[in-house]
Amino acid sequence: MTYTTAIFYFFAAILVFAGMRVVTARNPVHAALFLVLAFFTAAGLWMLLEAEFLAITLVLVYVGAVMVLFLFVVMMLDINLDKLREGFWDYLPLAGFVSVLLVIEMALILGSRHFGLEVMGTPAPHPADYSNTRELGRLLYTDYVYAFELAAVILLVAIVAAIALTLRRRKDSKYIDPAAQSKVKRSDRLRIVKMQAEKGPVARIQDSGEGGA
Amino acid sequence: MAGMDWAAIQTVVWTLVKILALVVPLMLGVAYLTYAERKIIGWMQVRIGPNRVGFQGLLQPIADAVKLLMKEIIIPSGASRGLFILGPILVIAPALAAWAVIPFTDTLVLANINAGLLYVMAITSMGVYGVIIAGWASNSKYAFLGAMRSAAQIVSYEIAMGFALVGVLMASQSLNLVDIVQGQAGGLHQWYIWPLFPLFVVYLVAGVAETNRAPFDVAEGESEIVAGFHVEYSGMAFAVFFLAEYANMILVSALTTLMFLGGWLSPVTFLPDGIVWWLLKTGFVLFLFLWFRATFPRYRYDQIMRLGWKVFIPITIVWIVVVGAMMQTPYGHFFH
Repeated sequence: MTYTTAIFYFFAAILVFAGMRVVTARNPVHAALFLVLAFFTAAGLWMLLEAEFLAITLVLVYVGAVMVLFLFVVMMLDINLDKLREGFWDYLPLAGFVSVLLVIEMALILGSRHFGLEVMGTPAPHPADYSNTRELGRLLYTDYVYAFELAAVILLVAIVAAIALTLRRRKDSKYIDPAAQSKVKRSDRLRIVKMQAEKGPVARIQDSGEGGA
Repeated sequence: MAGMDWAAIQTVVWTLVKILALVVPLMLGVAYLTYAERKIIGWMQVRIGPNRVGFQGLLQPIADAVKLLMKEIIIPSGASRGLFILGPILVIAPALAAWAVIPFTDTLVLANINAGLLYVMAITSMGVYGVIIAGWASNSKYAFLGAMRSAAQIVSYEIAMGFALVGVLMASQSLNLVDIVQGQAGGLHQWYIWPLFPLFVVYLVAGVAETNRAPFDVAEGESEIVAGFHVEYSGMAFAVFFLAEYANMILVSALTTLMFLGGWLSPVTFLPDGIVWWLLKTGFVLFLFLWFRATFPRYRYDQIMRLGWKVFIPITIVWIVVVGAMMQTPYGHFFH
């Protein structure tokens, strides 16, 4: 067993274990953290395939951003696990059917007739100065530029739609416009009243008309 | 076969030695950064700062470290035990791992990899997990509030930070940190700080926010939520959070130096390049961090969100377009 094969099995074992725990962990926060571990290990496996851009982007996007938001939400929810597990036996036949279907599909595609070593030989390792990022960028912006731009536009529409659906102006919001806040002059907030200190309270009320600055 | 194994073992041992040679000075740097912080802020506030332990208080960080090592680590009875201990580990690990690709000179670098910039971004984005887990596992309201604030803040500022790095990437046409510095060769006027000045400001301020330093320290917010996410930690577990925060500060300063201030390159062509320049520039950026802390009051939470989403992200997007346009003009040679 070479060094890389040993690393592969090490990572693969962790990945399978983490994937199992995502489903079986009793605490949803623990499940989310095992999903983080699964993503990170998968990134390690991609790194072994010399796909460093995809590997690092997986960590950057899924681990660094998506899962943080996910964890953020899961932590704030009060999830009743017993309620969640109530329908387990009712859903089991459907789940079993779906998983059998998945296994059959995978067997059809990944069978040795299409994916064996004689059909798909081991690709030659790239030299050290090979940049996966550069190659990927070149392909995305030349050969696949229309598909890429289409995907970008769809994502943009999705962002705009999500904001438009959730944007509502609350009437009771105490929002302060920072621009207006910094433009405030002293005279808007403060009025200096000149009055004689030695006069009594009755006299001051009579003078208040001329006291304003 | 035995010969190959020997070579592999040699590589592993040699790499471990190099890692040690990187981490030990870094930890010393962290220790003396705390000393520098207390002294500098002391002077700024017309105080003396620590001056009791050793000459001019120079042994103060050592005394602090010993004190924290001796203290008991208390685990609250309602805490999620495993995660409570995992929290500080997950904070310190990315703070140290990111240093693997930081070059000190064009040859003095642990791992000179092609996607260095991406690696740093990915690894530093993991640091927030330690904070969130620590806050959640403590089973304390203050700690949880701190964790929530930190998660929201770090996710918001990471986007602006990433976009600022896209500008650098466009200017240097490389993700390799050594190449990025070498693209700035030729003296002070070739540094990326000039064409990318708005991105430099955004990166620096976002870096202060990412490291949860004042004025963006709402995750700790002593006057509001006691000490935020690490309120339940004591002794060495607390010290690990502290180490990570300062290691991250040095990391952000080093990255600012490498990407905008020419790294180890000398500002004038008649002086030789060298690690001295790297240290001087990183020290200057670190000084800015301390200066900010002594100068600005803490931001309000809604102001932090507004600055990140409504000010920084639009600025970076506009400037990326400007850089793209500039590269098509006769001044394009400015960048590479």
